Amino acid sequence: MDEAQRLVELIPRLRRYARALVGDRAGADDLVQDTLERAWTKLHLYQQGTDLRAWLFTVMHNVHVNRMRATRLADPLGDEMPELASRTQPDALVLRDLDRAIARLPADQRAVLLLVTLEEMSYEEVARTLGIPIGTVMSRLSRAREKLRAMMLRQGAATKLKVVK
Amino acid sequence: MSELPVSETDLQAYGDGRLGAERRAMVEAWLASRPEEAERVAAYQRLGKEVRAAYEAMLSEPVPERLAQAATRRFPWGRAAAIAGWIALGMAIGVPAGWQLRPERLVAQAAPDSTPIARRAAVAHATYSPEVRHPVEVGADDEQHLVAWLSKRLGMKVRAPKLDEAGMSLVGGRLLPGENGPVAQFMYQSQNGKRLTLYVRTEASRNRETAFRYARENNVGVFYWIDREAGYALASTDLSKDELLRLANLCYKQLEP
Repeated sequence: MDEAQRLVELIPRLRRYARALVGDRAGADDLVQDTLERAWTKLHLYQQGTDLRAWLFTVMHNVHVNRMRATRLADPLGDEMPELASRTQPDALVLRDLDRAIARLPADQRAVLLLVTLEEMSYEEVARTLGIPIGTVMSRLSRAREKLRAMMLRQGAATKLKVVK
Repeated sequence: MSELPVSETDLQAYGDGRLGAERRAMVEAWLASRPEEAERVAAYQRLGKEVRAAYEAMLSEPVPERLAQAATRRFPWGRAAAIAGWIALGMAIGVPAGWQLRPERLVAQAAPDSTPIARRAAVAHATYSPEVRHPVEVGADDEQHLVAWLSKRLGMKVRAPKLDEAGMSLVGGRLLPGENGPVAQFMYQSQNGKRLTLYVRTEASRNRETAFRYARENNVGVFYWIDREAGYALASTDLSKDELLRLANLCYKQLEP
């Protein structure tokens, strides 16, 4: 199987991760497209026989970091997040809450959390993909989870008690 | 039994189901007497499930066309498709053989070299491909030796691409004299006896890359291209231009440095 085919097969996973990382569909697909294009120009750096998925996620991470640096978007969603999900979709609210909470995590914690949770990468793979020591992976993971838990608890309480800020 | 310390890393790995049996049992015992910590780990697990469930639908969505294109249209596949288009156009409007074919445009050019690789490859093909008993010096049964030997003589890594998926199997190869040093020739043959040769030489200017070009020298059709330090020419009298292009593309993909 050649690289083009394998790239196509990996697109759904790249989209899922990008969707959670970026917070909206169009932005996620832009990121995936940039990643694929970057991957082609860098393909000579990919070592045949190694994990193409991990390599692609590294490319995506680098593209994403560069874009964030370029646009200086600290919080792409904020409180002005438009209603993206259809109301008829039962999971829409959960997804929206999660999106908001995930978007509020610091970018480097978010990446670690999503690679472990969505991609189910080993901690070592995450360290290699992001180019950070494994100790850093573990501390970011721990902090990301604790923050996410706290945010979801607050949101849950706010919904139940109908408390408006 | 005295308790061993349990670290935050252990708790995370426990929640992710990534501990070995022994360590897992230890963490379980530790959590049994710490309901708050146990609840925290359980909350992480629930969140993980929610996150996975929330984005799972993305995996079964059809891939948008623009992304499928970004994954496949690039060089060299895109290039080959573009060239095939230009060849079709060239044939339709009667562009003479020997014109340079580029994806962007058709360029008429005088022969760039005094002895173009296409001509040399065609001559070598015409000389050796009719050989029944001695088509090659070293046979494909000794491919490793063949490739090592030719690599050594050319002073660069030489490979014999696998063309079996296109019905051409390696017969073997030989060393030939060239203008600027030794040249390698690999010979392939189909089941019904059609022959194909790949002519490989080193190129002086190391960072050049060209599109595929096609030339006809007498009866020999040749696709040739330069890829950094190597010049390649794929020659055959038996194959159509389309068949030859397909094979050139297969070679190109495998020979990428």
